[in-house]
Amino acid sequence: MTNGWTDIANADVILAMGGNPAENHPVGFRFVMEAKRKRNAKLINVDPRFNRTSAMADYHVQIRAGSDIAFLSGLVNYSLQTKRYHEEYVRLFTNAPFIVKDGYSFNEDEGVFSGWNEQTKNYDDKSTWNYEMEGEFAKIDMTMQDPRSVFQLMKKFYSRYTAEMVARICGCTAEAFTKAAELITSSFPPDKAGTILYALGWTHHSHSVQLIHAAAMLQLLLGNVGRIGGGVNALRGHANIQGGTDNGMAYHNVPGYIAIPKAAHQSLKEFLDAVTPKPLRPNSMNFLQNTDRFFVSQLKAFYGKSAAKENEFAYNHHPKLPENDAGKLENWSWAFIFDHMFSGRMEGFITFGMNPVANGPHSKKVVSALSKLKWLVVAENFEMETAVFWKPEIQALIDKKPEDVQTEVFLLPAANFAEKDGSFTNSGRWAQWKNKAVDPPGQAKPDQEIIARIFLKVRELYEKEGGKFADPIKNLNWWYTNKTSPSMSEVAKEINGWAVSEVANEKDPKITDVKTGGQLNKFLDLRADGSTLCGNWLYIGSYTDAGNLMQRRSTDDPTGLGFYHGWAFNWPANRRVMYNRCSADGQGKPWDPKRSAIAWNGERWVGDVPDYKVDSPPDAGLGAFIMLPEGAARLFVPGQFVEGPFSEHYEPAESPTVNLLHPKHSFNPVVKPFKTEWDKLGTAEEFPIVCTTYRLTEHFHYWTKNNAYNVQLQSEFFVEIPEELAADKGIKNGEMVTVTSARGHIQGKAMVTKRIKPMTVGDKKVYQIGFPIHWGFIGRGSQTGSLANLVTPSVLDPNSFAPEYKGFLVKLEKA
Amino acid sequence: MPTSSLELKAISATRSPTPAIKQTKEVAKLIDVSSCIGCKACEVACQEWNDLQASDGRPFFGSYQTLPDLEANFWQLIKFNEFERDGKLIWNMTKFQCMHCEDPGCLKACPSPGAIVQYANGIVDFQQENCIGCGYCVTGCPFDVPRFSKSTGKVYKCTLCSDRVEVGLEPACIKACPTNCLHFGTKEQLVQIGKARVSQLKEQGYQQADVYDPAGVDGTHVIYVLPHGDHPEEYGLPVNPTVSLAVAIWKQPLKWVGGVLMLGGVFAAFTHYIRYGRKHEIEADEAPPASA
Repeated sequence: MTNGWTDIANADVILAMGGNPAENHPVGFRFVMEAKRKRNAKLINVDPRFNRTSAMADYHVQIRAGSDIAFLSGLVNYSLQTKRYHEEYVRLFTNAPFIVKDGYSFNEDEGVFSGWNEQTKNYDDKSTWNYEMEGEFAKIDMTMQDPRSVFQLMKKFYSRYTAEMVARICGCTAEAFTKAAELITSSFPPDKAGTILYALGWTHHSHSVQLIHAAAMLQLLLGNVGRIGGGVNALRGHANIQGGTDNGMAYHNVPGYIAIPKAAHQSLKEFLDAVTPKPLRPNSMNFLQNTDRFFVSQLKAFYGKSAAKENEFAYNHHPKLPENDAGKLENWSWAFIFDHMFSGRMEGFITFGMNPVANGPHSKKVVSALSKLKWLVVAENFEMETAVFWKPEIQALIDKKPEDVQTEVFLLPAANFAEKDGSFTNSGRWAQWKNKAVDPPGQAKPDQEIIARIFLKVRELYEKEGGKFADPIKNLNWWYTNKTSPSMSEVAKEINGWAVSEVANEKDPKITDVKTGGQLNKFLDLRADGSTLCGNWLYIGSYTDAGNLMQRRSTDDPTGLGFYHGWAFNWPANRRVMYNRCSADGQGKPWDPKRSAIAWNGERWVGDVPDYKVDSPPDAGLGAFIMLPEGAARLFVPGQFVEGPFSEHYEPAESPTVNLLHPKHSFNPVVKPFKTEWDKLGTAEEFPIVCTTYRLTEHFHYWTKNNAYNVQLQSEFFVEIPEELAADKGIKNGEMVTVTSARGHIQGKAMVTKRIKPMTVGDKKVYQIGFPIHWGFIGRGSQTGSLANLVTPSVLDPNSFAPEYKGFLVKLEKA
Repeated sequence: MPTSSLELKAISATRSPTPAIKQTKEVAKLIDVSSCIGCKACEVACQEWNDLQASDGRPFFGSYQTLPDLEANFWQLIKFNEFERDGKLIWNMTKFQCMHCEDPGCLKACPSPGAIVQYANGIVDFQQENCIGCGYCVTGCPFDVPRFSKSTGKVYKCTLCSDRVEVGLEPACIKACPTNCLHFGTKEQLVQIGKARVSQLKEQGYQQADVYDPAGVDGTHVIYVLPHGDHPEEYGLPVNPTVSLAVAIWKQPLKWVGGVLMLGGVFAAFTHYIRYGRKHEIEADEAPPASA
């Protein structure tokens, strides 16, 4: 989230799309209801189904799963064509005035950008996806009239997305689109604010990153980013998925969203040169110029005393992403892990708080891959499908028997969230401390103890027997008082970081900023010379000498805007609204005085913690987006995404239609599907129905099927089917049906409903169905093996590598 | 008699006046249907607070609704109703439970002294130790709420958490509600909150929005804000609930007739016993719920 949960209550317009917050975030949804009750806010819901959120919405539009970019692009076009955009905001805070490099183009008939090589099926040359430079800085035209300006190129690019085209692609009507567009863009005046709430309905596509790019573009045009009641807000699913991502859970980042070192970065200097951006505008703040401070302090946290200036802070200990035989960087994202496992490249696998057999995508491929391991360690608080993938009923999915499995499986009982201390970071980046409520039962241990015991044993073996490259293990900084079960409080202190030796003020060295051993207070307390240690720069300020600030619980709200600065700790720097410089105009006056995030008082920025240099006057031109080298938000994204600088609609890997804009490149051209015998894709002829997967309020993933109350609330797997389709197939409510894709099939009871309607895509009648994911083989109630991911494809977004769990093809039969 | 320290206002099948002397404010629960997302937190809170066991593996009946209807160990249920009006799809989620009528049909119909009481604050509460399981309250209820348990031979329903209210807490369902759809307070306050929400809904285009507080039972202590107030039946609520004429007549002008009939009944039962001997044990298993 750019903003936070409490801030939703300040919105005038709320677009819930690619998410079903009433269903999946019922507690957070209170702030939507507050906005509706207190501000008469309008809630618009765009979704393949009429769901719990739709039931609360002022306006609902049903679209085909996988067509969201077309709808959002239509909104971008509507906003530009009807002049319903916040022009001054766009000029001041986005890269709309930037001039794009000569040579950049988009082929509208073919659906590809400049640099495409039809032979290699790749963008071999992306150099044109960039700004025109004048010396070392990007060229701009503040009138935004230059035909090569981002603004003009964007206007032309999106002009193809007329209401009629959107309707044909998405399967809605042009009238429904236009009515929604009018409501959604009604937040464009400076004194209005609109928010977007999204979740996995946007991230589970083979074009998910570009989808969120499209949403960000729309919010920037409407002047909604950095505003109270605005923003682009990802509603995170698990209680601590945000904290996990912040702390380097994904393979391509180290904690604090710093790119992981690559094989080619053999020295610390090479690495830092590669990841530290250079300013693209003369006064741009370019805050990430401080990456050396963040990363060196992190190396100190990892390797402690072994990390010294002389050995480049033990940079050679740090894992580096290897290159494969073809000289390309290896990919170890989720679905790739199982592809590598399937091809026999992995001997063992440790999984915590995950149930890969159920999570998928493509459960059969996962079961088959796990069967090739020598050993598997599962740390969980319930026995679940992954821990028993060797059982006959699960092996039967891949036509094997338990005796075919040679994998040795260890199920370690782990404590659950209420059985251990620690922090949860919520969607709004609030790190909130929690205390253990009860002791874990039996022999169950908290995760940190399981990890610590494994680590200590491995280190002991290295010390005794030696081994290849033992130093990173032997030198790991394991300073905790209780070595076998580090206290979470100590880990939190380390994440915040402290001064290893005295940190002197950079302007006046006579002043001490942080004394030796003192906890760090702010980002620029960090030094790149080894005098500071910090696990994750983003969390600086969470655990200072004043104590664990994540434990704060003040409900004081002096502005009435729901900042709650005294509640927990909000990274970065306890800031509640990111990019809040955009909430005020060129003179620092708030666009809406009633909802001022920050304002310039002549000397300083006051209000929320400013996302800006606190004493830099509004006309100094640091750029409102201080994390970007151009200081302006990217409508046109130079070079960062693999499929182009603007978001374009591509069909899902399995689609009932060719791309109506450019049939030649119907599907995302840079996606490279896996090639194993399991990775099959179906055609619309054989599998004519669009299918999507989702979650229910009543359940949490594959976990609550062990809880009697949850099971009672939704006891059985079901398939939601439109009335018309059910009538066609002679299916009655409650009858058993079979859903089959090119990968597999599942069975469940039919829930025949008015809440999904048939639609017309192009000139073709298309049906959609869907089902929830929460059932499997193990648990209470009716567990008949209907794992939703038996049918989902293992096709991935080429930027984020998120699987396309939503919008694939199936056929439906009465069982 | 109830162990509660709440002041009594009415006691079933009892002629003597209640000893109430304290001034008690009437309480109520307000259900703002326009703010209900059907999350069912209230259903679970109700079961957990009242120590009602969850039942595994209910047969699927093709709806998001937890059960087809209320049960003896399931005292409140969100009803899911989908229908179309003016080309617009409506999916109503409406919390349903005992309405705590000001003129409670159950209490009027109950022949067992002290099995049903009404507190001065308006809560209608069943006292199972006095319940004879005759089921008259089921017939007497205009909302079809009380449920007979074959395993205990008694009747059960929502207590409005009288045990919590007694010690100054809100009912469990109110505490669990994430969207502030549920409110608890004095009836007077809640009618005001309800009316304010109704006028806001009218401004938002729900011309027929209304507070549901049916006059046929002298008002209820569970009231609703309905966006389509002219169609309570679309929310699973009766349009004009009243205490059935039979119950009303039996308990008021014709009570003496009841007495005579009662004597007749005792006589008939006695002759029946002399003639046919004692009754045979009948099947007492819980039946599965009917599908809807």
